[in-house]
Amino acid sequence: MMSELTKFTIAEARDKLRAGDVTSTELTQACLSEIDRADALGAFVHKTPEIALQQAAAADARIQGGAENPMCGVPIGIKDLFCTQGVPSQAASRILEGFKPEYESTVTTQLWQAGAIMLGKLNMDEFAMGSSNETSCYGNVVNPWRRGNDETQLTPGGSSGGSASAVAADLCLAATGTDTGGSIRQPAAFTGITGLKPTYGRCSRWGIVAFASSLDQAGPMTKTVRDAAIMLRAMAGHDPKDSTSADLPVPDFEAAITGDIRGRTIGIPKEYRMEGMPAEIEKLWSDGADMLRDAGAKIVDISLPHTKYALPAYYVIAPAEASSNLARYDGVRFGRRAKLAEGDGITEMYEKTRAEGFGAEVQRRVMIGTYVLSAGFYDAYYNRARKVRTLIKRDFEDAFDDGVDAILTPATPSAAFGLGEMADADPVQMYLNDVFTVTVNLAGLPGISVPAGLDGQGLPLGLQLIGRPWEEGDLLNIAQTVENAAGFVAKPSRWW
Amino acid sequence: MSIDESTARRVAQLARIKVEDPALPALAGEFNAILGFIEQLNEVDVEGVEPMTSVTPMRLKRRADVVTDGGYQDKVLSNAPDAREGFFAVPKVVE
Repeated sequence: MMSELTKFTIAEARDKLRAGDVTSTELTQACLSEIDRADALGAFVHKTPEIALQQAAAADARIQGGAENPMCGVPIGIKDLFCTQGVPSQAASRILEGFKPEYESTVTTQLWQAGAIMLGKLNMDEFAMGSSNETSCYGNVVNPWRRGNDETQLTPGGSSGGSASAVAADLCLAATGTDTGGSIRQPAAFTGITGLKPTYGRCSRWGIVAFASSLDQAGPMTKTVRDAAIMLRAMAGHDPKDSTSADLPVPDFEAAITGDIRGRTIGIPKEYRMEGMPAEIEKLWSDGADMLRDAGAKIVDISLPHTKYALPAYYVIAPAEASSNLARYDGVRFGRRAKLAEGDGITEMYEKTRAEGFGAEVQRRVMIGTYVLSAGFYDAYYNRARKVRTLIKRDFEDAFDDGVDAILTPATPSAAFGLGEMADADPVQMYLNDVFTVTVNLAGLPGISVPAGLDGQGLPLGLQLIGRPWEEGDLLNIAQTVENAAGFVAKPSRWW
Repeated sequence: MSIDESTARRVAQLARIKVEDPALPALAGEFNAILGFIEQLNEVDVEGVEPMTSVTPMRLKRRADVVTDGGYQDKVLSNAPDAREGFFAVPKVVE
């Protein structure tokens, strides 16, 4: 019975909490016990049962008093990238070992105000740099899904791999993620859950450890499209502490889910049909188009001519911003300082601290960023990449101007791969995981990954829908149509 | 463009990350793989295109230049690896 409770969606929990069929304390205890049984997944890295049970008691009192917020009493997990007051917040990095923020991120503050329950912090790639959750100082996260009876451990994707694994394994009802190049949508696709990256500026970045500030955006990772709508509403909104957060009203996204997409126009971008694309992915994509057509949408072929240049532009812009953002980890104000030798000065302190505090991938990106911003290369690399970014955004604007309401693509070029399988590949091979998702961050658009089928080995595959800026409601409505038509109900069978 | 060991050493120094000499050739190799990938951007005609500064067409908000917060020395110092007498402590900077 206990473990059945953790399978609830947010919408189901809301209804049962309001009806008095279950209490938040029961839900929270069920999640905490599932979490304790699931250490083999490596998803939860800092558990916060005391906070959770306190919050649950308060939520139960609020619900009895007639609380209306749909997140009230709902137990969730928080990616380690979010600063949570008094609770370790390390961005999965050794350099932030022991760091306990004196403040709370705006997104989590809003979630707690809505009545959500914090179960703990979730594993991720170090500083959100990675696509397989293999760069974490806590160790790998394991995908609850397996290739049939094959016991090979698979990646949950990254960087929000802990969030994805925890939601897919029903350790929590939902989780927060962040997405800089695909870090919500790719792990969602690899684990058979829903992941939404909102429009840039929809959610405040304040209190979220910065990776690439012009691309980073927080979003919900949930079991259903409806849950993503409910949770996004609680996370979103203007924040004076983030100058790039949008001063726009937050609509009732759930109310936008009507199930009616008749007359909507869905674009299929020809540049996303890549050479060597697995036939299963291609079939999933055309099945997705059929589902939308059957629901009354008009399917049109479109062109986004600069797609090919999105990943190279990203691998200039994101490391450049990271090298600047990560300059703050200097061994002085927070986190770790290396042991110094007799006579070491301040430069040795910086260099040793950063060498032992940052993992290999983070070091690599900080140095690439330093290089592309250095005197003599700034124009050739950084400015050129920013010009290409303008062109990538223009591609989308042209499509939307031509009447396209949303764009359908695969979410990832493959299903989940084995942990360690990419160890010998050069870094660029790993970067190709984000080939379908990264354009969306460069253009600042909302994008959602919806589970839509299983591959021949029984692993989940996702479809991505890309929407117009600030039209998350419309995007969610179209995504709901895919969810309904695909009828994805498979769950990983428990081995942990 | 190809990065040699001495460039890799200089980049590591600029980034304030200690890299031991034996690790430099492999690092230079990785840089070259990534930069080779980035070189594709040279195929794009960017003549007359403005570099993007803001992805949403939005003016950054301004506020009055006044103190709105502060006065938590203890909180600011609470996570410092070495704090003494109300200050961050670092190795000697000036002889």
